[in-house]
Amino acid sequence: MTSIEGILGVHEPMLRFRAERAEVLASNLANADTPNFKARDLDFRRVLDSVQGTGQLSIAQTRPGHLAASGTTSSGGELLYRIPFQPSLDGNTVEGPIESAAFGENAVRYQASLMFINRKVAGIEAALTGQ
Amino acid sequence: MSLMRVFDVSGSALNAQSVRLNTVASNLANADAVAGSAQEAFRARHPVFQAILGTTLADWQDSRASAGVRVLGIWISTAPPPMRHEPDHPLADADGNIWASNVNVVEEMANMISASRAFQTNVEVMNTSRDLMLRTLAMGT
Repeated sequence: MTSIEGILGVHEPMLRFRAERAEVLASNLANADTPNFKARDLDFRRVLDSVQGTGQLSIAQTRPGHLAASGTTSSGGELLYRIPFQPSLDGNTVEGPIESAAFGENAVRYQASLMFINRKVAGIEAALTGQ
Repeated sequence: MSLMRVFDVSGSALNAQSVRLNTVASNLANADAVAGSAQEAFRARHPVFQAILGTTLADWQDSRASAGVRVLGIWISTAPPPMRHEPDHPLADADGNIWASNVNVVEEMANMISASRAFQTNVEVMNTSRDLMLRTLAMGT
């Protein structure tokens, strides 16, 4: 029998990653008119690697003040800077439609993860009640 | 929960954009104001935005993913106010000159549309996040 923690599988860390990415994209959209603001995003591949345990080795952090080698967040995602298609004069690299599209896509994928979890719960309930 | 911080971030953007709309309204309202000297003429005001990043190291490590926006200050345009020769005007100086405001109406209209679109985008972000949170709360039911 599988342990209760493993039931939700990859979907639970995915949900956390999607929530974090929503925050990063919301920051980009909020700063769409801020001079010199650089748009950022999280790398999905790194998160998947860290969830599956196949990620790259990182520098050990033995004290709370130590910085990570790269800008990792609590869900293991790496904060990278977006390369703009058309740089603007004020140094801002936020491109509204691209950020909006990424935010929408992120929201849909969040709902997809939620749906997987809900179906899993429904399946377990059906197995428990035997109906 | 990091979806909660989306509300802080987008809320700060709504605030900043409404300050921008306020300055646009004030500039357009005073676009036709005239004065008797270049010093007294109305000058266009524009807000300058700045990203809010954490102040302490722990703060920065904890929430470096999010950056709200604030109005750093109001910049007053240094463009010279246009001078007109109107000797009959009650405000005209000894040489018969008056100074109009240096507000560029076309620029202000473009600014207004940009601020309004940015406001809409941020409201949309908040609505989407609210939907996601409500669905998360209803998980498993």
